[in-house]
Amino acid sequence: MSASVRTAGPGADRPRGLSLRPGTWLTWAVLTFFFVNLLGVIGTVLVDSLGRRWFASWLPSGWTGHWYSDAWKEFGLGRVLGTTVEVTFLVVLLSLVLAVPASYALARRDFPRKKLLTTLFVLPILVPPIAYGIPMATVLYKFHLAGSITGVVLANLVPSIPFVIFTMTPFIEQVDPKIEAAARMCGAPTRTVLTRVLAPLLLPGILAAGILVLVRTFGMFELTFLTAGPTSQTLVVTLFSAVNSAGIRSTQSIDAMAVLYTGTMAVLLLIALRFVNPTQLVARSSE
Amino acid sequence: MSAPPVTAPTPPAGARPRAALRHRLAERGVDRTLLLVLPAALAVIALFCYPFLYGLQLSFQPTRGGALGAYRQFFSEPFSRKSIWATFSLAVPASLINVGVSVPISYRMRREFRGKRLLLALLVVPITLGTVLTAEGILEFYGPAGWFNRTLHLLGLTASPMHLTMNYTGVLLSLVISGFPFAYLLTHSYLSGIHPSLEKAAATLGAGWWQRFRHVTFPLLLPGLMTTFSLSFVMAFAVFPSAMMVGDPNGSTHVISIEAYQAALERFDYAQGSADAMIMTALMLVVLVAVTALRSRLYRGSTGGKG
Repeated sequence: MSASVRTAGPGADRPRGLSLRPGTWLTWAVLTFFFVNLLGVIGTVLVDSLGRRWFASWLPSGWTGHWYSDAWKEFGLGRVLGTTVEVTFLVVLLSLVLAVPASYALARRDFPRKKLLTTLFVLPILVPPIAYGIPMATVLYKFHLAGSITGVVLANLVPSIPFVIFTMTPFIEQVDPKIEAAARMCGAPTRTVLTRVLAPLLLPGILAAGILVLVRTFGMFELTFLTAGPTSQTLVVTLFSAVNSAGIRSTQSIDAMAVLYTGTMAVLLLIALRFVNPTQLVARSSE
Repeated sequence: MSAPPVTAPTPPAGARPRAALRHRLAERGVDRTLLLVLPAALAVIALFCYPFLYGLQLSFQPTRGGALGAYRQFFSEPFSRKSIWATFSLAVPASLINVGVSVPISYRMRREFRGKRLLLALLVVPITLGTVLTAEGILEFYGPAGWFNRTLHLLGLTASPMHLTMNYTGVLLSLVISGFPFAYLLTHSYLSGIHPSLEKAAATLGAGWWQRFRHVTFPLLLPGLMTTFSLSFVMAFAVFPSAMMVGDPNGSTHVISIEAYQAALERFDYAQGSADAMIMTALMLVVLVAVTALRSRLYRGSTGGKG
């Protein structure tokens, strides 16, 4: 990073950090405004989910935790969470199994029509999920797969496979091909090269890709919404349906459920951030 | 590498020519390793291309109006035609705001300072929120009796509460809250891929910070910014749940994805729904192709970084 060249340590950098140029202040003001609003958005939901009754005042009239147990019972969250976990893990497993070998071939070989193949893998990321979700739901209905967990898993594989390929490719490119060549020279067949040499080296990358797919699938709304039936809804879809039938449901228990969702998602993302630096996904910095 | 022309004697019939073919293919990069691509390619073809083409042909078979009936229906009805305008008037400003604001912020954040990791972590928080919490939060925070309007009232800025939810503003707010972190993370990583020595060279030649930004950093960053814009646009263009929850789905935020959803899964007119989905894809791809064409005219050399 730039500062490591210019200054010796964080202490030496501090006087510069307090410069009074108007541009700097404006930037930080915008960022602060964003955070204040974000805090407000999260805060109201959190307060509402813990509040007793809250109409036209700054804070609710009292505090209670019963909305959480209400939401749990009312929406059958135990079963919903079970489905969510099942779908998510199947998607992670299948997309890794299908996409990691493909990303290896794409990273290592240069072959005719490679651009065409890359386009094939880019398209599912670029086309909006709703746009291919609708024809896909139609096809799944045709094969009697819609509404089942199989259908939801198949639908979620579409964006996950390209995602794993594009996350894994830089990881594979970092592994020196000479290591593989050396293993081959010592007589290792392809299978052994893959399992004994490459797999351990690629494990961090595989973990990173897997966790990112996990987070994405957990939060994927559109595809699951279009293909899920009553028994294969994930948490996001249950939440959305609850909001759309809001007349019967109390806002507080929806808020409680939203807080549960965000809490789980935050834990997953924190785990993911231990393995990947989010700012280095597209370009590596010149450290 | 191309092979030197070998004037070998004609090989005897049998296994040899096949081996030669294999070698020639291997020289062009085709060997058994390529089989590893097959499972993923087949999965994408079966799960993405096939349904897509199926939807395409289905869209040409509406119950009435001939082959182009569904498309004619979409463009002849002002309510559905306007959904294109509604989508673009949400997606373009949202992605411009997200990309535009993340440039100055990531420019300030290039230096190391205390709490940088914390700031980065905080910026990732909105990714975890999910559309429902964001929507509920926007409804309650910006609503007529919410904290935002209360604060404005307390400060004496407004006499009556501002209407920020259940309309265009509400959806734009939710797109900024969920889209800004993505745009920021991408911009930040593109910016940190530009080597600082380039700017330092400019500074040695006497360029002020604006000149350095205008003539060195910005041109190098622009291709990355356009990619960021495309990805933000993809996200904002597909806005569906938030347009339903914090918007006005039957009015100003009747976006094209709602139109497609209602046709396919509320009226069960799969032909019309598929046609809407195809129109949506076509519009999306037109924008992406335009941005890519613009991008290919820009500088594409080294940015001094490794990435």
